[in-house]
Amino acid sequence: MSTISCPECAAEITLEAGTEAGEIIVCPDCGVDLEVTSLEPAAVQLAPMEQEDWGE
Amino acid sequence: MQRRLKIGVLYSRVRVEEKWIFNALEKRGIDFDRLDDRAVHFDLENAEPWKQYDAVIERSISYTSGLYALRILNGFDVLTINSAAVAEACGDKLTTSTLLTKAGLPQPRNVVAFTPESALEALEELGYPAVVKPVVGSWGRLLAKVNDRDAAEAIFEHKATLGSTQHQVFYIQEYIDKPGRDIRAIVIGDHVLTAMYRKSEHWITNTARGGEGELCPITTEIESICLNAAKAMGGGVLAIDLIEHSERGYLINEVNHTMEFHTMQPLSGVDIAGELVDYAVGLTKERIS
Repeated sequence: MSTISCPECAAEITLEAGTEAGEIIVCPDCGVDLEVTSLEPAAVQLAPMEQEDWGE
Repeated sequence: MQRRLKIGVLYSRVRVEEKWIFNALEKRGIDFDRLDDRAVHFDLENAEPWKQYDAVIERSISYTSGLYALRILNGFDVLTINSAAVAEACGDKLTTSTLLTKAGLPQPRNVVAFTPESALEALEELGYPAVVKPVVGSWGRLLAKVNDRDAAEAIFEHKATLGSTQHQVFYIQEYIDKPGRDIRAIVIGDHVLTAMYRKSEHWITNTARGGEGELCPITTEIESICLNAAKAMGGGVLAIDLIEHSERGYLINEVNHTMEFHTMQPLSGVDIAGELVDYAVGLTKERIS
């Protein structure tokens, strides 16, 4: 299982099995939304802010 | 030998729905590509890279990116789920309303104006309270319940001053005093797959805003209104939102063309992602034959 560091609060986060690139995870420490940008090696970045035309 | 199908899934974020769709494609042994809408580009003179897809399932979070991608793909004669025309019909709430009116289907009363002054006049005729909605938007964002003239003047001024040109379309809907819930039904093709109540103490009942789901039995009345609403939009994979009016019965509030179903799939036990994939494959095979 891969471990990454939260770019906002530096908390160590373990990616769950079955995590996909492009998935949004929430930092359990600071609550920020993170986008998984790659799996090997595991990397995340702050998720883009919600835009006005986002939705379903 | 039968040719192997290839499907593209255009997405912005891998939400749980996209994971389920990927899984459904994998489970069926279908060759597919994950197409991140932030990474793709189109050359309008060269359709070839896109012609490899028998169908593209569109799951963009951005309505604008999704709509334009669909327009290009449909221009390339690539089958998409849903089509650009359906995305346009659903993504712009005023377009949805006009199509529902044309089809003679029940919906809340709507008035439209293009300046704050004429919007105020239209709203006063409609009566308070009313709901001011952006024509494009989702998840209950930027909805305003307007209870009196003071609030209306403020909201219209804010929209005129702070909003994009799209906010200069003042789309105003009568406020329906619904029973603390609305109904969301999933329609795929000519089937109503499942339906749920979305309950909330707040007048905005979207589950994206904390509304809770509870299974809703699909009565013949619900089935009929949902199928008619889907047909009015052009059909496909759609989520129909209904409001219950104490006297007028079911009213169609909106129709979503890239619906989320993270609450509905586990609640109903219906494999919505699988049904979506089967529908896409069915359309593709129909087209090939």
